[in-house]
Amino acid sequence: MYRVYFLIKRHELEIDELRPLYMDFQATTPMDPRVLDAMLPYQVNYYGNPHSKTHAFGWESESAMETARRQVADLIGADPREIIFTSGATESNNMAIKGVARFYKTKKRHVITTQTEHKCVLDSCRILASEGFSITYLPVQANGIVDLELLEASIRPDTSLLSVMTINNEIGVKQPMKEIGQICRSKGVFLHTDAAQAVGKIPINVTDMKVDLMSISGHKIYGPKGVGALYVRRRPRVRLEPLQSGGGQERGLRSGTVPTPLAVGLGAACSIAQQEMEYDHQRVSMLANRLVQKITSELPDVIMNGDAEQRYAGCVNLSFAYVEGESLLMALKDVALSSGSACTSASLEPSYVLRAIGTDEDLAHSSIRFGIGRFTTEAEVDYTAEKCITQVSRLREMSPLWEMVQEGIDLKSIKWTQH
Amino acid sequence: MAAAVRSQVISLYRMMLTESKKFPSYNYRTYALRRVRDAFRANGALEDPRAVERLVVEGQQTLALIKRQVRHTHLNDLIWVTGDGRQREMGRINKYNYFAKNDDD
Repeated sequence: MYRVYFLIKRHELEIDELRPLYMDFQATTPMDPRVLDAMLPYQVNYYGNPHSKTHAFGWESESAMETARRQVADLIGADPREIIFTSGATESNNMAIKGVARFYKTKKRHVITTQTEHKCVLDSCRILASEGFSITYLPVQANGIVDLELLEASIRPDTSLLSVMTINNEIGVKQPMKEIGQICRSKGVFLHTDAAQAVGKIPINVTDMKVDLMSISGHKIYGPKGVGALYVRRRPRVRLEPLQSGGGQERGLRSGTVPTPLAVGLGAACSIAQQEMEYDHQRVSMLANRLVQKITSELPDVIMNGDAEQRYAGCVNLSFAYVEGESLLMALKDVALSSGSACTSASLEPSYVLRAIGTDEDLAHSSIRFGIGRFTTEAEVDYTAEKCITQVSRLREMSPLWEMVQEGIDLKSIKWTQH
Repeated sequence: MAAAVRSQVISLYRMMLTESKKFPSYNYRTYALRRVRDAFRANGALEDPRAVERLVVEGQQTLALIKRQVRHTHLNDLIWVTGDGRQREMGRINKYNYFAKNDDD
């Protein structure tokens, strides 16, 4: 098929050029002013190393770090001693997967994950495979949810770890974590979940979900970038081989000075998320429904990727048939959107998550992800919807495929010739 | 609610709204106005004087936070902008998105 490749050129905004609206809350989120307010004293005056045991600078820094640890633990229903501060969810994922697999490698050599995981999980598994582990990449159904029977069937006696993300960052589907936790607990397999998009947005309890390891990211919950956390269960104890060696900080699992201002920011973000969860959830659901209703009522042939019910409302991934995704993104240049996730957008390949849920090649190329968050307003959603409708209609007018469809030709029956 | 407490709450509400209007960023401004309004509405029926007092104290702390953050984000607005290899004067970065500055909720 004849396809034109565009590249959205980056350019510096002119002095009076307006900034786009931000609708990409899955890529990152702006910091909540309350989080910045909590962090600033530790960037300016209270700059001690929290591991210094001999003076007030160290003591006050350490007490701030422990308060932050308790705030993170309260959000997920854990004990503060089970929280390890890391540099982000990518490091947490690496620690969990490589650490657990390598610790138990004498007896257990099998790890299971899904095909829709984040790149860091898939890459960690690839490294393990090169070390001699056997990895199973579970397929997902067309709605993005794993098949529980297939999951149970793929657990072997030598499986050490199962890793499934709670909410997918590209299509927003929510996996049935309680059921998966039940299966893993009954078979004696550790369950790791990448909850970067889920923490602070849906209620999470590690005891209910029977989760043994959980990755948390700071900059997805209106906190600072460069910090995250890993929840490591103590009862029953999960052992990890540490990735980063050094002075034995963070229970020996992650050596290195804990960045107090960032940890304080993460803690503040978690405690704000706990207070605001109900309010934000109602608002985000209302805005997402508004967006989807507006778009689908005016435009035909719009497909939502991922299950309609089992999802987080704020991540809306729509495929517009007969329109090319990059050209639509360029047409919507006054809204900051993405097609697929930031980690896959460097290449021109369609996202592997959409391929895993079985979307057709052409629909995978024309998908756009709308991210709605705490700071989105109705005006922004309305503007985005209207702009989307006009631009998609305009692009479809120009598209020869659309013409053929209007005439009633079935595109799948066409034999394209080679030039 | 006693009349003195009621007028204190109303003046706190008005001060919070006035300060929230000063955020340069559209998203922070609209969020602060909306959240303050919704929080005061949700707690409007409270009668217990201790609970009311606790919320008033929390509101005063939030008011101080808003003032600090408004000042902080204003300070971060004025930066050096280089364009075309020439150094420009200290000017405001383009901070307004497609909605005009005074168009808030």
